[in-house]
Amino acid sequence: MVSSRKTIRIGNGAGFWGDQLDAPRLLAEQGELDYLTLEYLAELTLSILAHQRQRDADLGYVTDFPTVVRSMVALLRSQPELKIITNAGGMNPVSCARAVSQVLCESQLESIQVAAVSGDDLLPRLDELIADGETFEHFENNQPMTDIREKLTSANAYLGAAGIVSALSDGARIVITGRIADASLVVGPAVFEFGWSWDDWDLLASATTTGHLIECGAQVTGGMFSGWSSDANFRLDRIGYPIAELSTEGGCVITKPAGTDGRVDTATVSEQLVYEIGDPESYLTPDVAADFSHVQLEQIDTDRVRVANCRGAQRPSEYKVSMSYAEGYSGAGTLVVAGPDAIGRARACESAIRSRLERIGDLPEHVAFEYLGTGDVVSGVMVREANPPEVVLRAVARDPSRDVIDRFLRELAPLVTSGPPGVTGYTGARPRSIPVLGYWPSSIHRSHVHSQSTVLSAKDCCNG
Amino acid sequence: MGSGSANGRVLHLHDIAHARSGDKGNHANIGVIAWTSVGFEFLDDFLTAEVVADFLRPLNPHRVERFRMPGIGAYNFVLHNVLAGGASRSLLIDSQGKALASALLQMEVPTPDEWEQMLKPYE
Repeated sequence: MVSSRKTIRIGNGAGFWGDQLDAPRLLAEQGELDYLTLEYLAELTLSILAHQRQRDADLGYVTDFPTVVRSMVALLRSQPELKIITNAGGMNPVSCARAVSQVLCESQLESIQVAAVSGDDLLPRLDELIADGETFEHFENNQPMTDIREKLTSANAYLGAAGIVSALSDGARIVITGRIADASLVVGPAVFEFGWSWDDWDLLASATTTGHLIECGAQVTGGMFSGWSSDANFRLDRIGYPIAELSTEGGCVITKPAGTDGRVDTATVSEQLVYEIGDPESYLTPDVAADFSHVQLEQIDTDRVRVANCRGAQRPSEYKVSMSYAEGYSGAGTLVVAGPDAIGRARACESAIRSRLERIGDLPEHVAFEYLGTGDVVSGVMVREANPPEVVLRAVARDPSRDVIDRFLRELAPLVTSGPPGVTGYTGARPRSIPVLGYWPSSIHRSHVHSQSTVLSAKDCCNG
Repeated sequence: MGSGSANGRVLHLHDIAHARSGDKGNHANIGVIAWTSVGFEFLDDFLTAEVVADFLRPLNPHRVERFRMPGIGAYNFVLHNVLAGGASRSLLIDSQGKALASALLQMEVPTPDEWEQMLKPYE
């Protein structure tokens, strides 16, 4: 289906799992959107979700999303054309779709169709894929995957936009995917609405560039902006989340709802264009190889920036695969050390922890101490503070044994009474050890991955 | 080209450019965007991959690559293996490299004759 629209408005109300919970609702209320996208999955989020699904087969998705849908019930009713596209499905898009349908049923919105797009989870198919010749070598150092095979906790292909287009064509109003290239959340609706062909590389690149610009939410509307200044009239309290107006001929305008804080100008948009990229001439997604290097930005009005000159080339013949594997445990805790010679006092704390643990042979394999407030955040590079009135001492460790990490974390609190003077800031619960996940980027041939779109009838969930 | 001061003023990278950094697996990137086209030309010669690698030497980058983005007047630096194992394994507080841009912008830069044309334009 191709609509007769010349432009569509897509707003992104989430840049990661944990982003402002009311942003999606506020953006949809103010944004006059055709589509709301919500991006939740960082590189390692899926392994956390895999762990949750292991413990409960109905979990493993971003539980914020059904909560967001509940907050938007009135809007879904008053804006019958509004559609939502999200990767909240994580390791379990079908269960997420079921949970969302349940919310819709409870709100007498059971006519809304919810689709789950799956096929990205490769872990159950690993033996079969290896038998078919896939090796999953490490993308950068070509290490064989057999090195970590026994410790794998997740393996997902980054899917492209095709599954979303298929779900929308099937009539879905809410589309829930698992792992998918972030920018594909925008490419999907663009291809569906404008009827672009899958080899119109410049147009696909244009939607991909747009998706990249809005995928991190408020990072394009003034958040994180290095040109921000505390004495300028540059408020961020009620920052507006981004809206992209995509044109059927390619290109877009980035803007935000009127009356919100933050800023959309060529500088804030430039900073998001360069965010987390490698070679700007070849930003690879399963849909296209987009070229950001010649993208041009023009301020056409207050808080409106036109994005033009997006070019694209043939998409890669492989999908990127993101694997994670168990690599022991880590834990971190902090102490505040105040007073004259704060650094010297903090050093004495470090020394006490190290020597006590060495004596009992329980010093973790990897230990680090950071003296926050002295310039240690980018150690040796930032301008140093030689004699600060206070220091946050951050102690952090990693080890194959959870017991060793727990033992390490016990060492912090006693320094309040047994350490040098001025040690404070140790209240609340003892910090906890957490599993460490290694990241293993790899690839797989396209023909070995099949995305499926399943449209749920919310009515079935009403009875269940 | 003078060196380090203009009418007694010391020039820093943040006077002539803005930047954003983040992570990509074990690597980090810093995109440096010149405020003006004069600044973009100046940085072409001055802010080489070697200069950036040297400034960030304490972080032991394995390799630094530089890419030009003439459309927006920027240079993208990819810092290989700088995050000590990446977002999950790194012990450091800035395991995702978010603060690298702020650190790089503290760099002192030489002061060419046309330095005033490189400053952030008035709003």
